[in-house]
Order: sequence, then structure tokens, then C-alpha cells
Amino acid sequence: MALDDRKSDFTFVGTRPNRPDGLDKVTGRAKFGADAYAPGMLHGAILRSPHAHARIVKIDASKAEAHKDVKAVVTRADFADVPFKPGLEGEFYNVLENVMAGEKALYDGHAVAAVAATSALAARDALKLIEVEYEVLPHVTDVDKAMAPDAPVIREGAADYSVPEGMHPNVVRYHESGHGDLEAGFAEADLIIEDSFVTEATHQGYIEPHACLAILGNDGKGELWCTTQGHWIAQKTCAALLGIETSQLRVTASEIGGGFGGKTTVFIEPVALALSRKANRPVKLVMTRSEVFRATGPTSSASMDVKIGMKKDGTISAAQGIFRLQGGAFPGAPGDMTAMCAFAPYNLTNVKQIGYDVMANRPKQAAYRAPGAPMGAFAVESVIDELCNKLGLDPVEVRLKNAAHEGTKASYGPTYERIGLVETLEAAKAHPHYSAPLKPGQGRGISCGFWFNHGGETSVSLALSEDGSAQVMVGTPDIGGSRASMALMAAEVLGIPYENIRVTIADTATLGYNDVSHGSRVTYASGLATIKAARHAVEKLCERAAAKWGIPVDAVKWENGCAVPSGPNAGDFDPMPLADITADMGRTGGPISGHFEATPEGAGVSFGTHIVDAEVDPETGKTSVTRYTVIQDAGKAIHPTYVEGQYQGGAAQGIGWALNEEYIYGEDGRLQNSIFLDYRIPVASDLPMIDTVIVEVPNPGHPFGVRGVGETGIVPPLAAIANAVSNAAGVRMKRLPMSPPRILAALKDNG
Amino acid sequence: MKKFHVTTTVNGDAVEYLCDPRETLLDCLRDKLNLTGAKEGCGTGDCGACSVTVDGRLVCSCLMLGVEAEGKQIETVEGIADGDILHPLQKKMIEYAALQCGICTPGILVAAKSLLEKNPNPTEEETRYWLAGNLCRCTGYDKIIRAVMDTAAEMREAS
Repeated sequence: MALDDRKSDFTFVGTRPNRPDGLDKVTGRAKFGADAYAPGMLHGAILRSPHAHARIVKIDASKAEAHKDVKAVVTRADFADVPFKPGLEGEFYNVLENVMAGEKALYDGHAVAAVAATSALAARDALKLIEVEYEVLPHVTDVDKAMAPDAPVIREGAADYSVPEGMHPNVVRYHESGHGDLEAGFAEADLIIEDSFVTEATHQGYIEPHACLAILGNDGKGELWCTTQGHWIAQKTCAALLGIETSQLRVTASEIGGGFGGKTTVFIEPVALALSRKANRPVKLVMTRSEVFRATGPTSSASMDVKIGMKKDGTISAAQGIFRLQGGAFPGAPGDMTAMCAFAPYNLTNVKQIGYDVMANRPKQAAYRAPGAPMGAFAVESVIDELCNKLGLDPVEVRLKNAAHEGTKASYGPTYERIGLVETLEAAKAHPHYSAPLKPGQGRGISCGFWFNHGGETSVSLALSEDGSAQVMVGTPDIGGSRASMALMAAEVLGIPYENIRVTIADTATLGYNDVSHGSRVTYASGLATIKAARHAVEKLCERAAAKWGIPVDAVKWENGCAVPSGPNAGDFDPMPLADITADMGRTGGPISGHFEATPEGAGVSFGTHIVDAEVDPETGKTSVTRYTVIQDAGKAIHPTYVEGQYQGGAAQGIGWALNEEYIYGEDGRLQNSIFLDYRIPVASDLPMIDTVIVEVPNPGHPFGVRGVGETGIVPPLAAIANAVSNAAGVRMKRLPMSPPRILAALKDNG
Repeated sequence: MKKFHVTTTVNGDAVEYLCDPRETLLDCLRDKLNLTGAKEGCGTGDCGACSVTVDGRLVCSCLMLGVEAEGKQIETVEGIADGDILHPLQKKMIEYAALQCGICTPGILVAAKSLLEKNPNPTEEETRYWLAGNLCRCTGYDKIIRAVMDTAAEMREAS
């Protein structure tokens, strides 16, 4: 593939300057979701179902409405009538049904009514005045039980066209893909291992609860401030749910205190808008931590069967996986993603994968960092590890032998362009960690991981100022330092210092549509758009210089922040710096800006390889991760320190998922661990330093070679840690999290 | 419910507010004094995002009532810098990219400053255990621990 316009020598890109919002973040000045206030502001609170599944017979809010401190009460009747459609076609209906229950409460924590009152305490008190009559229905929270013939039906007709006949109505989407001849492939194998694996639902665990400040008038015009990964999707969804025009609702994204996929949709925002419309005053709504756990989107739980055949030399001759994902009481569990990612690292002749999207009485799942991929990798990479152990083969060599490369037909269909999996495996083999001796009681685990990465709709505007500085407006909320990356890329094109560029996250009224900060797309897509917007401005700068010099524009090129004459007939002129051109731009043709809008398609898939050492205490079952190395292809690291940060963060979340985190439901279908004390995410004393190796195999689809780095880092840890623990404990761990009681039980079963 | 009048000192400034006896110190700092640097991540004392010091002692301000602040000396993230001169911890947090989203950063800074005042030469293990009450979901703590330990080393050299 032609790489003509791809740059490979850089001035600013690859350096590690301080982030532009650093000062605000270390002084407490940065304004997050809950940090906004408005004159006359009311406080909202939401009444939630205590039942996992119940018909709402009657809501009597008269006592609450009569209270002097209460200014509005809303129920489902205060929202638009959004039509139901099966599967994901009716996603607005699904979101509406999730943010405010209709005929039934579908999970513990499901919103059934909301109030706005003069203080946060008054709002909370007023909830107790609302009387709800429920008819409790049978419930199901487990994925395998939800597919069984006798399972309670969550919603008839929710399945889309993809589901084969005869399945339970709770199975709402079905995916099948692959190629080759499985039977022939398994016949060639010297060893076949088939096993079943389970992972529990986990939460993204962002430290900032959902928060918003909403103002909506009866004229259909509104303002919304909220913590979100994507304010255009919030705008579009809220407008649909409230029955107003999209453009009349202006949404501003606050600083965001973590998202990891969990803030890619709306929960409280439409409720705050409905309360504001009814009360005719601004309404602030902030979730408690318990509400975050009970009623936002955790990841899916999964039940999986994997069968892999291997020859004595390590060649995988056939592979098959069945992945059943539970995504709460709505369609959307990423069974398709799990299936497509599971075998994606390998060059396989015979492969087949099946994914199920299954509903249960739990909150509507939301994306969580490479949604669906970590579970599948856990199952597949565990079986590969077991095959290596049984055949006496080195786990890195086996993965190298089977690794996908440029030209491989991926397990999910397409043919790979230039990819960097082999390079990450070679780096793992050469890394001192891989050959370091282990102490007694320790085990080492390896895993590869894959994620698609995403492009998405993107708009960027860049404007130059008379003094030669530049402002860049992007539409993707900055979750992990992306304003620094955008400024570096703009600096690279314009040739002006990083410090002279200010990057702002524009609101929905000041920039065209932008897809959410998800899919590891920000540095790729907003970066690409920033580069192209800057190049657009450079074209205009060259035109102005050409006019000043009286030479044709094609005789001017841009170098190191200056217009310079180029070519034999261009004449002899001194370089003209950017600031000299912008100084009088008002008189030479007007303001100079650059724009770019597109849906970039060349995101470039991403691979990583992790090495983990773990130590298991046979007395208590407690696991310590003693050493961790992340190796991942970044394509090109724009700001390497923040790339390392993504790798480390993904690994840490993976450690939590593997060892400790899980949604625990009681027999009554209620969530039993809805605070951080009981849902324990890794703390500083749980973790070692996390080493990183940035591999750079440039992505042909980005001008500087960038591949997204945000998500791939959470794909290998589950399997890598499970392999390390299994090797340390001498027993194969097939269920996550590998909490001390589960490890003790596995050790006991193993004698 | 009847409100109580509280007089206290925050970051050296004498302040007063009226509060409901059910309101936490965190509520009062944020909603009455407009000091929104301290964050509510959990409301149960598990995440440390609301960390402040009260008479020099590190506390979760979500676990203390606003009325209990009467007559105390409270320090928050807003008081860490000396005017426009950042505290060495603040500088190192930025330099090390020891924050991604930044929501835990105010609590981490208050807690780390409290650590270095008690122990200017903490080991990695001591640093990890001291900060175990401050949850960060973005960084995996690696760069935070390095930033705090490097600050400690720099402050020891400077003193």
C-alpha cells in the first residue's frame, strides 16, 4: 500500500511535554460533571426498583408533589413515545426503557420515578413519599439459566432476524463466522482440548459518578452539562427521548473522571432534562456510587466453550468457540465481538465461532474497554496454554508459529493489512522478564490480545490567531491526555511550538458531529482530522505567501513553520514565518482556519502480548502479581508517556477483573456489592510496577502511523494472569475472578 | 431540619456556613464554600477522592459531618500550591503524567503531601500502603508511585 503522505521523521510527535490541562487538574480547578452550579438550581433524585423483575401496577406521587420543597416529579409518562423495534434497531427505545421504566422494572436499581427539590437532601427525602405498587415476577440473572427453556421471559419480540428458530426469547442476537473445515482440522490434530469457562460481570469503575446539570424550557430549547465520553450522542439521544429537535439542545462535556466505555450512553441526563422542563428551573442530578453500580452499564458476564486442536509441532489445526454473553435486560451484549476477537490473533485454516446476546434481569450492559474481547481471550488463551503444557511446547514459540501477519485471512473474515503481532511476540521473547527465573510457588503466564479499533464520525476545526498561535477545536472528550496528543500533531504540521496551540473540547453548538471517545479512536480519528485541518490551514498560509511574493502557489511549500519558495522559478525569498502571515491576515483575505470532517476507515487493528508472574498462597488462596510486562503495538506513539499510561491502566483493570472484581447477585436478584468496599478494585498496595514496551508498526491508515492504544491492553490480562495462576497452583482456573475462595476450592478439588 | 452555624478555617481563610446536621464536610466544602476540588467518588470513605486534612490529620471529608468542622484547621487541594508556585508534588504529577482523567488527583495530592510530612523518605511499599485508600482507575498507580517517590527524593535534597 502506498504510504506517500505518511510522515516518519518527527519534530514534536514522540516527545513527552506536560499536558495542557495539567495545572487545572493538580490545583482542583478542573470542572468535572458534579462541579457545575446554576442560579435557581434544583437537585434531582431517582427512585429505583428494589425488585429484579416486577410489573409496575401503580405509582402514586401525590404526597411528593404536594411537599413544599418538591418542584417536579417525573415518570415514564413525561418522556416521548419512542417506538419499540427488535434487537439494536430500536436503541432509542432500549435507552428510554433503561433510563425510566415503563410497564415493568427489569432489574434491581431500575429507575421508576424522579423528583426535583430545593436541596439534595430534600430530593432524597421526597423519594420516600412516592408509593409504587409492584407485582413481583420471576427473575433470572445467570446467562446459562436465562437461555434455558423455563427461564422467565424478559421481553417478547426483542430478538432480531439473526436468532435461529427455537431459541428462548431471551436470546436476542446471534453471530456465526469462520472458515475452513473444522472436522478435517480436528482430525489432523495430535491433541484436542475442549473446555468451558465463565467470567463474571465487572464494572468500569470510573471514580467519577455520572453527573449533569440540565436546563430545558417549554420552548424545546435546552442546555446540558454532563460528564460523558460523547456529547453528540448524548444530544441526539436526549433529544429523541424528550421529543425535541436535536439542534435545540446544546450539550457541553465537562472534564470527565473516567469512562472506559461506561459513559458512552445516557442514564440520568434525559431524567434531569425532563425534571427541568417540568419544574422550569435548572436541575442538577448526581448519582451515588451505589446507583452507579446498580443502574449504569457494567460489562457482560460470559459462559464459553472452546475446543482447539494442535499438532505436535504447535500448529493449531482447528479451533472452535461458543460464547454466551449476558447483557442485562436489553439487547446489546457483545457476543458477536467476543466471537470475532477470540481467535483473531492467529492464522487459522479451520475456525468457527458463535456468539449469543442474551438478556437477563440485570442493568443494561455498556461498553467496557474492548467490549467482549477479554472474556474470549481468557477462554482461548487458557486452552492454548494447556495445549502447550501438555505437548511440552514454549507458549511464545507456539503463538509465533500461529501468529497472524499481513495477508492473513482473519478468523472473522477480512484480510489483515500491516499488523504488529509478530513484533510484540518477538519483543516478549527477547524481554528479560521472559527468561527471568521464577521462585517456588510462582507461575508465569503469557497471552496475546486483539482489538479492532475504530474510526467513527469526526470533525475538527483549527483557527489561527494574528499573533501566530493556534486554537484547535475537537469533539472527543479528553479522557487520558488527548489534548496533548492533538496539540503535538497540530504542532508537527504547522511547525509552531506545542505551547502555542490550545486544544479545546468544543460543545455540540460549535462543531459538527463527533462520535464518542471510544473504540480507541481519539488519537487515531481526531488526530487524523487535526492533521488534515492543520494541512488545510497550511494550504491557505501558502496561498497568502504566494500572493505576497507574487509567485504561483505551487511554487510555495511549508517547512518548519514557514512558507518557503520551492522549485527553480520560485525566486529568492526569505522564509516567511506563520506569524508574519497571520499578522495581517485580515487585510490579505480574512481569517485563516482549517477544517476536516470525515468518517475515517483506516483505524488499523491492534495486538498486544502480556507476560505475568503470579504467586499463589496455598494457605489463603490469595494471589499476588509479582511482575507484569505489557508489550503492545501503538503504530506510532504520539505522546509515549500517555501511551504507557494506557497500557498500565488496561493491565491494572485486567488484574482486578481476573482476581477480584465481580457483580454478586443474591437469590432475590439484588446486587449485593454495590459499594467500593465490597466491589474492590485494585488499590496501590495490590499492584507491582507495570513495565511497558511500545512496539511501533505504523498503521497505513493514519498520516503519522497511529493505531489506537486504549483498549487492547485489557484483552490479554485475564488469560495471562489465569495462565500464571494455573501454572503456579498446578490446577487450571476456568472461572473468573480467581478470588481466594475459588482458588482454595480448585486446590482442594485437585487434591 | 434546623441548620447549624459553623465557623472554621479552610486553607488559612476564616469561613462560615449554615449546614443541615446530615450534610458532610465534603458537601459543605463543595456546595457552600465553592471548593469543588475535593470530589465525591463513593460517599463511603472507600475511594479517597474527597481527602482533606483536619488539624493535620488525613480524613475522607465524606465521612465527617459539616458541623464537626467547627473551630478546625482544614486543608484541601486548593491550598497545596503557594499562590502561583506549585508544590513539588503537583509539578511531579504533571511531569510524570501521573494522572489520566484527573478525578482522583486532588485526593492523591492531599494524601501524598500528608505522607511526605510524616515520612520524608518512604519506601515504595510504604508509599503504596499509604495511598491504598486513594483509588485510581486509570493509571495502575505506577506513575503515581514514581512521582511521589521522586518528589520525596527531590524535597530531601532541597532541605
